[in-house]
Amino acid sequence: MIGKICWTMIKRLKRNRFLILRRIFQAGLLLLFAGANWWGWTLLLGNYSSAYVLQLFYLTDPHAVLQVFATGFIMSADALIGAAIVLLFYALIAGRSFCSWVCPVNMITDLATCLRKRLKITKKENYLNFSRKTRYWVLGLGIILSAVLGVAAFEVINPITMLHRGIIFGFGAGWTIIVALFLFDLLVTEYGWCGHLCPLGAFYSAAGRFSLIKIKHSAENCTLCMKCFSVCHEKQVLQIVGKESGFIKRECSNCGRCIEVCDDNALKYSIYNYKN
Amino acid sequence: MKTMFRGAGFLGLGGAIWGNAAYKLKASELTLRPPGAVAEKDFVKACVRCGTCVEACPYNTLMLATIDDHTAIGTPYFKPRNIPCYMCTDVPCVPVCPSGALDLKTIAREVGGKKTDEPDINKAKMGVAVIDKDACLAFWGIQCDACYRACPLMGTAITIEFRRNERTGKHAFLEPVVQRDVCTGCGLCEHACITEKAAIFVLPRNIATGKVGEHYIKGWEREDEQRLHNLKEKKEKETSPEDVLNDWEDLLDDD
Amino acid sequence: MSLNRRDFVKATAVAAAATAAGITLPKELLAATPESVEGGWRWDKAVCRFCGTGCGIMVATKNEKIVAVKGDPAAPVNRGLNCIKGYFNAKIMYGADRLKQPLMRVDENGNFSKNGKFKTVSWKKAYDEMEKQMKKSLKELGPTGIAVFGSGQYTVQEGYAMAKLMKAGFRSNNIDPNARHCMASAVAGFIQTFGIDEPAGCYDDIELTDTVITWGANMAEMHPVLWSRVTDRKLSDPDNVRIINLSTFTNRCSDLADVEIIFKPHTDLAIWNYIAREIVYNNPEIIDRDFVDKYTEFATGFVNTGYGMRSPGHSKYSALEEETVSKQASKKISKNEAITLGYLGHKEGDTLKMTNAGKAGAHWAIPFGEFKKALEPYTLDYVARLSKGNPDEDMASYKVKLKLMASLYMEKKRKVVSFWTMGMNQHTRGVWVNEQAYMVHLLLGKQAKPGNGAFSLTGQPSACGTAREVGTFAHRLPADMVVKNPKHREISEKIWKIPKGTLNPKVGTHIMKILRDLEDGKIKFAWVNVCNPFMCSANANHWLKAARNMDNFIVVSDSYPGVSAKVADLVLPVAMIYEKWGAYGNAERRTQHWKQQVVPVGHSMPDLWQYIEISKRFKLKEVWGAQKIPGLEGGLPDVLSEAQKMGYNPDDTLFDVLFANKDAKSYPWPDPVGEGFHNTEAAGDGREIKGTNGEDWKGYGFFIQKYLWEEYRLFGEGKAHDYADFDTYHKVRGLKWPVVDGKETPWRFNSKYDPYARKANTGEFAFYGKALKSIPQGTLKGPVASKGKVNLTNKAKIFFRPYMDPPEMPDNNYPLWLCTGRVLEHWHSGTMTMRVPELYRAVPEALCYMHPDDAGKFGVAQGDLIWIDSRRGKVKAHVETRGRNRPPKGLIYVPWFDEKVLINKVCLDATDPISKQTDFKKCAVKIYKA
Repeated sequence: MIGKICWTMIKRLKRNRFLILRRIFQAGLLLLFAGANWWGWTLLLGNYSSAYVLQLFYLTDPHAVLQVFATGFIMSADALIGAAIVLLFYALIAGRSFCSWVCPVNMITDLATCLRKRLKITKKENYLNFSRKTRYWVLGLGIILSAVLGVAAFEVINPITMLHRGIIFGFGAGWTIIVALFLFDLLVTEYGWCGHLCPLGAFYSAAGRFSLIKIKHSAENCTLCMKCFSVCHEKQVLQIVGKESGFIKRECSNCGRCIEVCDDNALKYSIYNYKN
Repeated sequence: MKTMFRGAGFLGLGGAIWGNAAYKLKASELTLRPPGAVAEKDFVKACVRCGTCVEACPYNTLMLATIDDHTAIGTPYFKPRNIPCYMCTDVPCVPVCPSGALDLKTIAREVGGKKTDEPDINKAKMGVAVIDKDACLAFWGIQCDACYRACPLMGTAITIEFRRNERTGKHAFLEPVVQRDVCTGCGLCEHACITEKAAIFVLPRNIATGKVGEHYIKGWEREDEQRLHNLKEKKEKETSPEDVLNDWEDLLDDD
Repeated sequence: MSLNRRDFVKATAVAAAATAAGITLPKELLAATPESVEGGWRWDKAVCRFCGTGCGIMVATKNEKIVAVKGDPAAPVNRGLNCIKGYFNAKIMYGADRLKQPLMRVDENGNFSKNGKFKTVSWKKAYDEMEKQMKKSLKELGPTGIAVFGSGQYTVQEGYAMAKLMKAGFRSNNIDPNARHCMASAVAGFIQTFGIDEPAGCYDDIELTDTVITWGANMAEMHPVLWSRVTDRKLSDPDNVRIINLSTFTNRCSDLADVEIIFKPHTDLAIWNYIAREIVYNNPEIIDRDFVDKYTEFATGFVNTGYGMRSPGHSKYSALEEETVSKQASKKISKNEAITLGYLGHKEGDTLKMTNAGKAGAHWAIPFGEFKKALEPYTLDYVARLSKGNPDEDMASYKVKLKLMASLYMEKKRKVVSFWTMGMNQHTRGVWVNEQAYMVHLLLGKQAKPGNGAFSLTGQPSACGTAREVGTFAHRLPADMVVKNPKHREISEKIWKIPKGTLNPKVGTHIMKILRDLEDGKIKFAWVNVCNPFMCSANANHWLKAARNMDNFIVVSDSYPGVSAKVADLVLPVAMIYEKWGAYGNAERRTQHWKQQVVPVGHSMPDLWQYIEISKRFKLKEVWGAQKIPGLEGGLPDVLSEAQKMGYNPDDTLFDVLFANKDAKSYPWPDPVGEGFHNTEAAGDGREIKGTNGEDWKGYGFFIQKYLWEEYRLFGEGKAHDYADFDTYHKVRGLKWPVVDGKETPWRFNSKYDPYARKANTGEFAFYGKALKSIPQGTLKGPVASKGKVNLTNKAKIFFRPYMDPPEMPDNNYPLWLCTGRVLEHWHSGTMTMRVPELYRAVPEALCYMHPDDAGKFGVAQGDLIWIDSRRGKVKAHVETRGRNRPPKGLIYVPWFDEKVLINKVCLDATDPISKQTDFKKCAVKIYKA
């Protein structure tokens, strides 16, 4: 009996192993940042816009740097090098992993999606349906507006930074934006923010197109059970599933949910094979 | 084609709303920035809103603007009436800035006319203190000068002007005067001010200061000539004198 | 010179006109009578709660609350102005943690327990316990087993009532004010020099002088309204008027001063002598020969008098403390002392035994030649070398400044006022340095003249009016009389209508000794009145421990829970200034009365009521029997039979005899002067307060405050301490005593202005004080018995006093001088002003001011938290290298208002051996990062 419970537990853990790891990673980073402000820790100062790591070097949000660049301001070397490191890391290695492994908004939108399922709100009940490509327009528009207004335009309204700044430094009335975002994903558009609008996601999608770490599909093992489709937030990237073996590309955020739910060993993390 | 139009429409609309919002949220002319901040116009461009400066501040002076703070969201600022800048001599908030929004060069200590890598907090220009003489007790004759004594640059940034009090016939006014070129805008004066709402308060320099054109130099102050170095040659606009001359008919009354 | 009445009236009229110049206010703003009911509030005159300046204010009351204050435009001192403490007079009353109920340490059964927690108790329970504890101490130790901490913040009537209760009732002289910490050296200086206490001049000197020299007086922060008058004087004639600021660090007075002289701590003794030497040796023609010959005599005293510390070897001293305390017994003559004490034959390295510690006040007349000889070493070169306090200053420019100062004093036509406060009073040779000030002024004949004089300023609102004039000191009786003098006791016994022999002739314990005796178990009951001695006394660790760990009972009457209340056993909530009738006397001898404006908050009651209520608990037979007094042979006699002869019954209470006697009852309440005003003591105030007997408090039924004033007046009448009657003070903005024929006295000892000086008929001046006027004669080395005594009636003394090192100076282990003091924003221990949010925000904590180079040297930086550590204790404070006080290298300054930075744990409790006033201005410390 006990053995059985243990076994189910282990199975459940295994089924959610990436999810759990991601949450630990996301929360841990937040804790380190918040600890710097509240208790004077010095491991990670700042926030996701720019982090001062071990008081040695900076990691800076390359999308923010791009916007600042568009305003015409030349930032200092610290920020530029920091942005370069981050950009290279995601572009060469991790792909769009930021969205599922780092970004705190992911936790909010995942919660919204989860609730949506529990409440049985389906895609058909979306108040608004619009293209997943919108985010690329938003990305472009943000850069243009930055240039026109002379201020990093997305940073001014960025709910991601509002969330982590809120957690690390205090919200003010910023929490209303987060609630709005949550409700938007819950009631207005499924995967509305992360899957349709967020220019940062678009930025990393574009940047991580040829990253090393990607999820590989083997069509031979696939039984077309469609479980991966049911968990994926960017279903359009799964178009090869069951049809041909290969790497999942484009907006895939390497969250690993599909790997976890696949009972057929048809999906796994892999190293991108540039020859194909 | 239709979708493209629709897309463009949405894009335009979204852009307008976003642009408007962004424009409003960057309107931060009344915000006091940390020491070493570059000009406000550049500051809102440069700042990545990471809060490292906020964490470096030992007095919890600096805050990151939230949505209700009427300034570029996420950027650092302070409210001296709550917590002023205590003008740390090592200026810990500046060197940690990754973006250059806080720039050590603007407050670099000068030795023999040359800038060093050391900060000199006295060169900070966070704002400038302004006195509302009607609310300032010193101008009533009350012996206060709490601002003067609180000033880290007492005697240079705030000086005392002595004036006889004709009303009592035997007392003097000890009136605080802000020397705007020395004042760093730390706000210790505003914090110390004992009136219900501070009678001395810090405003951003561009709001609180005026400027005299370079075409007039004080005849009684040799150093004032330095301003001529700022003189920029402008191409003067030309109008044709003939046009002026030929425009004579207005001189005659209508009837 | 004799002056007829017409001249006199003319002279005073001119003076009055001079002070009235410039008043351009509508009459109704100058009205003295309560102005009423316009918009529902009432204005009435009162006086500022804070310093010794004595600014007049008007308070507005509405619905039993002080709603506003304004400077009183008709008050001569401040003409409607205030400083920012005065500005908050209304707000100090209503702090969040105002004490409103008696609180006692009790066990779980509600009974007193030394280790219990504070709980609310009734007035009755509080007084039951107080009575029990007081009787226990009296039984065990006699009258010397109890003590009262008084203050210069007593109203006149409170101080008078408490002094009467202690001295006439309990026959204990153990009452001493914290004013001891403030101006005891000034008092002893006055008494030794003039034979009578308190300044000759008045504030009008400021408008009349050409030169203001501040010696250890940061008037800009401590007497801001007076400083604004000094500023105005400077502005009125900037080319002629000169201001010199002498201090051990740069303070706010230097803003206005023409010359700032930063000297090494304690070397003011040498600087005064330098000026005197400059006069006597280099400019003898400038000495006012007539004046000196006619009105003065030269004198000196012993030097080996110790430093007012306990004897070495006390069990409670640590080894480190002993390093300094050992100097109380003997010290090695230093290089400098070898020069300045050369006239006694001392050489460097000699041991100076403090054999005359018990005779510190003894002095004798010397010839001028001896006086001159003693001044010899104080050359410009030597004094400049000894005294230059800023190591960065150029010696030549320092000398120029000293010389300039001396020449200003000496300039024939120039009028000079020397002001001082704590710098000269809180000094282990404070009496000496006070006397040196008179030395210079008297040599030049620049004393007791309009615009000319040495002028001691006071810190507390009624240090003069109550502590000194009423005599709430361990050795004093009202009107400058002393308990030691049998004649004075007799006079007092007569006025108080108590049997001959009741008063205790043995001087009681001064405030430092009360604390020491608590630690030694010699005092077991102490009552703290209107002060905060456990915060404001040096070497505080000892006394805080003594209060908590020894078998004793400490009562604190206060309005806010300060440090003293925290270490007390019983805390009694008191009415604050405008919640009671009262009177204060300021530093220019101006007495100002006010009426009770509002009902006290909560269950708090006036101090006066608290003192009188305890008198109900003691019957004559319990206190007037024979009493043992340590050190008094035969003890105090039984005076009960004598009392019975006077018509008293042994079962009468002290209340019946001292406070509710026939005379008292002849002052009825209601009284026209109090119409429309409360009198909580006389008639209750409508609150339902259960009194000390558990019954509703309905009042004594007579005008107790008026009675006490009128009885107190009797002491000074005809003795140059005359006051006007009670009602008069409620019509005027204060009067400067002596008030003779309804006229105040602006300058004492000067026949033109002082009827007593005229009466002495000795010409232009008469230093008519009666005390210490018959002294031995001798040489610099000592009195010579064969020469007999000299009579100095109507004369002042010109003392020679040498430079000596203070008992503790910086060394390798403790390399810095520590000086403590105040800031403008906060009053003393901060119990009131720290509760005004605006003042708290302006200056929320005490900072450690130091030179930036010293900060660098000791590895600390601006804003760092550091330890300030002495042989006695240590506290933490933040470093300030900028700001209002800028010490030279080698000295730090820490204000003492902040109980979180209890700097008195660090300070040395050495006192002037004559005045017993503590030197808070110098001890040696080290600093390091916390």
